Amino acid sequence: MKILVPVKRVIDYNVKPRVKADGSGVDLANVKMSMNPFDEIAVEEAIRIKEAGKAEEIVAVSIGPAKAQETLRTALAMGADRAILVETDEEVEPLAVAKILKAIADEEQPGLVLLGKQSISDDSNQTGQMLAALMGRPQGTFANTIEIDGDSVSVKREIDGGLETVKLTIPAIVTTDLRLNEPRYASLPNIMKAKKKPLDTKTPGDFGVDIAPRLTTTHVAEPPVRQAGEKVEDVAALVEKIKALGIA
Amino acid sequence: MNTLVLVEHDNNSVNDATLAVVTAAGQIGEVTALVAGNDCASVAEEAGKIAGVSKVLKADDAAYGDFLAENVAPLVAGLMDGYDAFLAPATTSGKNIAPRVAAHLDVMQISDILSVEGDKTFTRPIYAGNAIATVQSSDPKLVITVRGTAFEKAATEGGSAAIEDASGPGDAGLSSFVSREVADGGDRPELASANVIVSGGRALKDSETFEQIINPLADKLGAAIGASRAAVDAGYVPNDYQVGQTGKIVAPEVYIAIGISGAIQHLAGMKDSKVIIAINKDEDAPIFQVADIGLVADLYNAVPELTNAL
Repeated sequence: MKILVPVKRVIDYNVKPRVKADGSGVDLANVKMSMNPFDEIAVEEAIRIKEAGKAEEIVAVSIGPAKAQETLRTALAMGADRAILVETDEEVEPLAVAKILKAIADEEQPGLVLLGKQSISDDSNQTGQMLAALMGRPQGTFANTIEIDGDSVSVKREIDGGLETVKLTIPAIVTTDLRLNEPRYASLPNIMKAKKKPLDTKTPGDFGVDIAPRLTTTHVAEPPVRQAGEKVEDVAALVEKIKALGIA
Repeated sequence: MNTLVLVEHDNNSVNDATLAVVTAAGQIGEVTALVAGNDCASVAEEAGKIAGVSKVLKADDAAYGDFLAENVAPLVAGLMDGYDAFLAPATTSGKNIAPRVAAHLDVMQISDILSVEGDKTFTRPIYAGNAIATVQSSDPKLVITVRGTAFEKAATEGGSAAIEDASGPGDAGLSSFVSREVADGGDRPELASANVIVSGGRALKDSETFEQIINPLADKLGAAIGASRAAVDAGYVPNDYQVGQTGKIVAPEVYIAIGISGAIQHLAGMKDSKVIIAINKDEDAPIFQVADIGLVADLYNAVPELTNAL
């Protein structure tokens, strides 16, 4: 079985995003960029499945600017076998990403597509579900545990209030949640080796996908700022305040 | 405009998350509620009483009983001929189903809306709520998920909508439901809909201490219990207690943060609470920058004392 792992280059999760003064977006100039954390979990899971002898090849894909090569090299250094960069400087919406991934899946015929449940940039949480619909295949979103068993995969999902298990026929699309695993760090020898692994470059046009956006962002603003209130002296003062709120 | 709202339910009753979606849909146009489930007549009746709902579609079929996206999404897509917009709650269930509907309709979904600014214009959080984007759709139909805490809940009484039967392709044969493990909170309110939440952080040391300190106060106040990601990662409480960017987004009347420093990650999940109370021994903890009422104190003394005094 082959596993396809789409990864996205996003602002590093430790960086606090700053809204541009003119309201046109978030300032990404000279900001540290990294692999989307949920996608990192997807790469790790794919490697673990391969290490368990249940997959033969891991193909990482990224859709984005030339610099997304770095993100793909990270995936290769972690343990992916080869990579495909679909290069574009345009911002590509989840629907168009899903269409490009569908075209790649048609060529590659993976048994599993493993990707993050959402990117920490636009927080859409759509690509995996859309890809599953376009491929006419089942989806296991927000995965907490993945177990492959012959021609099916059981996915334990994080749901409101608990966990749910679904059984999907392969090929299937699975999106990762935080508790699925803890991604490994790439070792220096593996980082060196990754430089020699194959990385193909394509364009959205190669797949005949129209990436013209359907949504226009007209304005980006800072969220309303909450003002600090007062500090009380002691517990007795706090009790008074809580009683005044009418909840006790 | 005609809107179709996905009713979230457990085949017995309507989940509260639906009520905010009805309010959001009402700001766009007429509201039809879709109840897709198995043996869900009581849910359809309840949905018909929600103020603002003008019609209920009931798709009663074993294939819809477990809300599998593979089965529900084609049903919704098939019904969309008569509607301009489809809205679902931004719950794990809504987030699972709605993008699949959007792909079937070849439209871009607008996720997690905070407000309706016009026929096709909405605001939504990006970068974990560190920025708010105003987005406009050019698609012929809209697919939207709604952040429950951003809209008032529609009243559960006052409507008298007619119920019509609807049907779709049924079981897609791609997936099956195996099991569900839902944490049993007893009489405790659900985190997502509670009026009062008592939340604990890493300072609680371990799961026994968490329970000894947090539970009695929550019991006194009839509050739900939450936790920071640090407390969840440290194993004090299960993951579904987690409030924050990667957990639940809550906005109760009163949020009491105990031993929580107030990382951006956590603030993203609770900063829309009406009143925030913080107890922390570090007077420089960022939680105090958003708290309406703060107490700088050792939680091991202060919280039991508070519990006893209430």
